[in-house]
Amino acid sequence: MNYNVGHDFSLSPVLDNLTARLARIVKTIRGEARLTEANIQDALREVRVALLEADVALPVVRDFIAAVKDKALGAEVVGSLTPGQALIGVVHRELARLMGEANVALDLATQPPAVILMAGLQGSGKTTTTGKLARLLLAQKKKVLLVSCDVYRPAAIEQLAAVAAQAGVDVFASAAGEAPLDIARRALEHARTRYYDVLLVDTAGRLAIDEAMMQEIAALHGALRPVETLFVVDAMQGQDAVNVARIFGERLPLTGVVLTKLDGDARGGAALSVRHVTGKPIKFAGTGEKLDALEPFHPERMASRVLGMGDIVSLVEEAHKKVDLEEAQRVAEKIRKGKGFDLEDFKQQLQQMQKMGGMASMLDKLPAQLAGQINPAQLQDDRQLRRTAGVINAMTPQERAHPELIKASRKRRIAAGAGVPVQEVNRLLHQFEQMQKMMKMMKGGNMARMMRNLKGVLPGMR
Amino acid sequence: MLAATSWAARLRSGLARTRAALGGGLGALFGGAAVDEPLYEELEAALLTADCGVEATRTLLARLRERARRERIVEPPALKRALREELRLLLAPLEKPLDLTRDRPLVIMIAGVNGSGKTTSIGKLAKWLQGQGRSVLLAAGDTFRAAAREQLVAWGERNGVAVIAQKGGDAAAVVFDAAAAARARGIDVLIADTAGRLPTQLHLMEEIRKVKRVLGKALPGAPHEILLVLDANTGQNGLAQVRAFDEALGLTGLVLTKLDGTARGGVVCAIARERPVPLLFIGVGEGIDDLRPFDAAEFAGALVD
Repeated sequence: MNYNVGHDFSLSPVLDNLTARLARIVKTIRGEARLTEANIQDALREVRVALLEADVALPVVRDFIAAVKDKALGAEVVGSLTPGQALIGVVHRELARLMGEANVALDLATQPPAVILMAGLQGSGKTTTTGKLARLLLAQKKKVLLVSCDVYRPAAIEQLAAVAAQAGVDVFASAAGEAPLDIARRALEHARTRYYDVLLVDTAGRLAIDEAMMQEIAALHGALRPVETLFVVDAMQGQDAVNVARIFGERLPLTGVVLTKLDGDARGGAALSVRHVTGKPIKFAGTGEKLDALEPFHPERMASRVLGMGDIVSLVEEAHKKVDLEEAQRVAEKIRKGKGFDLEDFKQQLQQMQKMGGMASMLDKLPAQLAGQINPAQLQDDRQLRRTAGVINAMTPQERAHPELIKASRKRRIAAGAGVPVQEVNRLLHQFEQMQKMMKMMKGGNMARMMRNLKGVLPGMR
Repeated sequence: MLAATSWAARLRSGLARTRAALGGGLGALFGGAAVDEPLYEELEAALLTADCGVEATRTLLARLRERARRERIVEPPALKRALREELRLLLAPLEKPLDLTRDRPLVIMIAGVNGSGKTTSIGKLAKWLQGQGRSVLLAAGDTFRAAAREQLVAWGERNGVAVIAQKGGDAAAVVFDAAAAARARGIDVLIADTAGRLPTQLHLMEEIRKVKRVLGKALPGAPHEILLVLDANTGQNGLAQVRAFDEALGLTGLVLTKLDGTARGGVVCAIARERPVPLLFIGVGEGIDDLRPFDAAEFAGALVD
């Protein structure tokens, strides 16, 4: 699963987000060649709100905005982009940079057994992640041993044993009556004498302010000397992520972070907070309940997700490149002169859309907010686009110019000509009518702008 | 009212973190001389840092400014009292006691995302109900997560509460049996656990609707309460969770857990503003007695102490 802005995510109810907001601002600062304090101020304010709504911690947001401003001021606005779009580019790049340049893998280069220690708050997903890591390492032909040092939560040890069985790896038996440090020492000895490659140590969830528990995990770290100490963070966590991460980072020499529950619809701003505070790479993302749902973390994708945007910049560029400008201007001229948008124009638009790679590739590039507005039931796939064009082809030029002429008997003829049921002709006419209304509202605008305003080209959009 | 004072103390200690953020900053602020823009900005930061969310924070500050104008507030301490009052007004609609007298057995269904603290809260809730003189039966409806059933059974054994569980099987079957058992044994309250699920997992949201339907078939009128367990660590996604579970199930209440950590649970401000589902209980500690009915004035007071 792709945790960027896949279809699962886009269909969930997403709040008004950055891209939608910026789309409004972008209009106001069109046609300027450089980013200045004045023309990015509003946009930066929206970036701040978007980051806060994505649960990036306030101090981190402040640092981030300052960094973006620094980078953006004086930057040239290249090519067809507006200052707002150029700013989005800077924001996105900066966010991806702060998330970490590239994925960082586990480093298990040590005298075996390589020990991996898991740490985190209650309910962050440590045990499930331990199982997922075991499975991943097993697939890399490692001999893996799991052990649970959670003697507090009822049945935590049983849970890890069940997870180990599912993953197909061994588990070192522990019991709730034992001391975590004793369990850890014995498990390490066992792993050493039985030549295990990796020992994964699951621990109890703990509050960062619980002094006794924090001492316990520090002691575990001292005894185990793990080559990896992973901090497990819930992607839904809010502002407090920054405090928790700081305290864990102070008490334990963390080597990496695992971000869990990323298959939900949280924007995952905690990732940025934790990364900012600990400075440690986010190594994995948990994207489901099944044991194989653990992916290497991709900073780039996460940046898009936090901002609630798809690859809008490249979509804009692509639209610009492929849309036949001459054709677009002809239609724009027509509308400007007050002559209605007719079915012939509608067909042209459908064809332009196909040139841009069709529905599927458009959807992938759309930000979540826009994609979320598309009603999947109404969504026309590429085959449907061709059918629609076929229906229009079955009309006479007069009918295309004056769709109001099309009554029952003409509909029957068109349907027969195109080889579709009459309902399909009706649906097309209805869709066209809605589109016409929208065109009227946009009267005076030019076609290229309409193309960028994607609602103009997506008939399935509400 | 010894219990009440100790509760207040507990709440204050439970919300100490919130207070440290809000109060720590605020204490210093309110020591200042005048009500000015930097003061409002700091208030905004404090509310945002407590996870109140951008919209709820704006609303609260707008109301506070309005009140400050109307009541001609010029002293920082008076502004602090006013903010506390605005918070109380915002949160007051969430206050609602759990009505135990409606039906017998009364069926409480528990829902929530993974790791929010459902099973732990059920344990505390069962204790609380026993304290109210009610007999309790638990249904181990989390048939998905490894050892979830064992977790509830282990807790039940330790605390002398009967647990209905099945090896394998689906959640609906377990709760159906539990409902029949509750009626047969003349139990006052049945609490049905369910597996954690994210609202984006549409098949699992469908499954939990089935659990609700089956409960209704087993006992007419059941489930009487459908509670969403919400982790106080959760950021603005908490609001999305409330929306999604409310749409799927029709929530009757919330339980806010893990307030003993450093998280502040300010997301309830956003919930109060956008989707005011009653907040029945808050969890303020690891102890079995640390589940308490929500009191808006107390909560607001502890937030801006």
